[in-house]
Amino acid sequence: MTVYGALWRILPGPAWLRVILLLVLVAAVVFALFSWVFPWADAILNPINVTVEEP
Amino acid sequence: MSVSLPAVGGPVDGAPSNRPQPEAPRPRRRVSVVGVVGELLLTAGAVILLFLGWQLWWNDAIVAGQQSSAASQLSSQWSEQQAAREGASPPEQPVEPEQPVEPVVDTTVHENAEAFGVMYVPRFGDDSQRTIAEGIGLDVLNSVDLGVGHYPDTQAPGEVGNFAIASHRSAYGGGMHEIEQFQLGDAIYVQTELGWYTYRFRDLEYVTPQTIEVLSPVPHHPELTPTDRIITLTSCNPLYSTAERVVAYGVLESWRPAEAGAPTEIADIVAGWGV
Repeated sequence: MTVYGALWRILPGPAWLRVILLLVLVAAVVFALFSWVFPWADAILNPINVTVEEP
Repeated sequence: MSVSLPAVGGPVDGAPSNRPQPEAPRPRRRVSVVGVVGELLLTAGAVILLFLGWQLWWNDAIVAGQQSSAASQLSSQWSEQQAAREGASPPEQPVEPEQPVEPVVDTTVHENAEAFGVMYVPRFGDDSQRTIAEGIGLDVLNSVDLGVGHYPDTQAPGEVGNFAIASHRSAYGGGMHEIEQFQLGDAIYVQTELGWYTYRFRDLEYVTPQTIEVLSPVPHHPELTPTDRIITLTSCNPLYSTAERVVAYGVLESWRPAEAGAPTEIADIVAGWGV
């Protein structure tokens, strides 16, 4: 058993409904990544500085 | 010496096996460690690809669009307010915008992240208008509706001295993406509620990130008293790096009060922002 296999079994309904539900879940995850996770990670990983400042 | 062994758990005593096995054993029920690790790795790969997509496309092109729409909105809001004022009390004499007049300067100290201006540089592209806000923190520079930050202790737009601003070169809307393409005499328009300040690009300079002297009223000469009204733009250099800073200087050429509207050359473009 794997994570995605378990997810597929947990989802209700026929195959086409499960596909739609999966797409909705993926969209929600991508939205959360774009809105919060990536800006947060980018500020830590890649602090772009465009200003001149005191050393 | 291979011996055929009966399956573990299978019938060993030769008893008749139940042909229609109720509840057939489901081997997939066991958690596959390798499978889960593989899935995690695939997921991580997908997330990293998404991150790159976010950084290079969403955070650049999409945020640039959001920032320029926000700037258009602010600019047209000022135009509407101006039109409303004129509707209430039309100016007694037609404004003569072309005559050189002393620029009116608003030296109010703004709150951090308060929007007070709009920058528009035709050389940067048709949608290069960006909102200028007070402060150079990430709350301004990484914002989806601001994008250009004013160095707090530098002068105001049009003031004698140095009006210094900063913006991203890449990502977060890239407000100064094309800064290295400046050519002598290129216009840098700054609009505030009071009117339009037109600066003309003079030169570029590449400095280390600690060269704060570029922000002096007379750049590199903090001891001198300024007589010129200049603008200084700073961004990172090289592209996608933070090793250096690229600095662009411009000199104030003219000022138009808000009653006179946008400078003639860009009046049509600015009118389009309100649509």
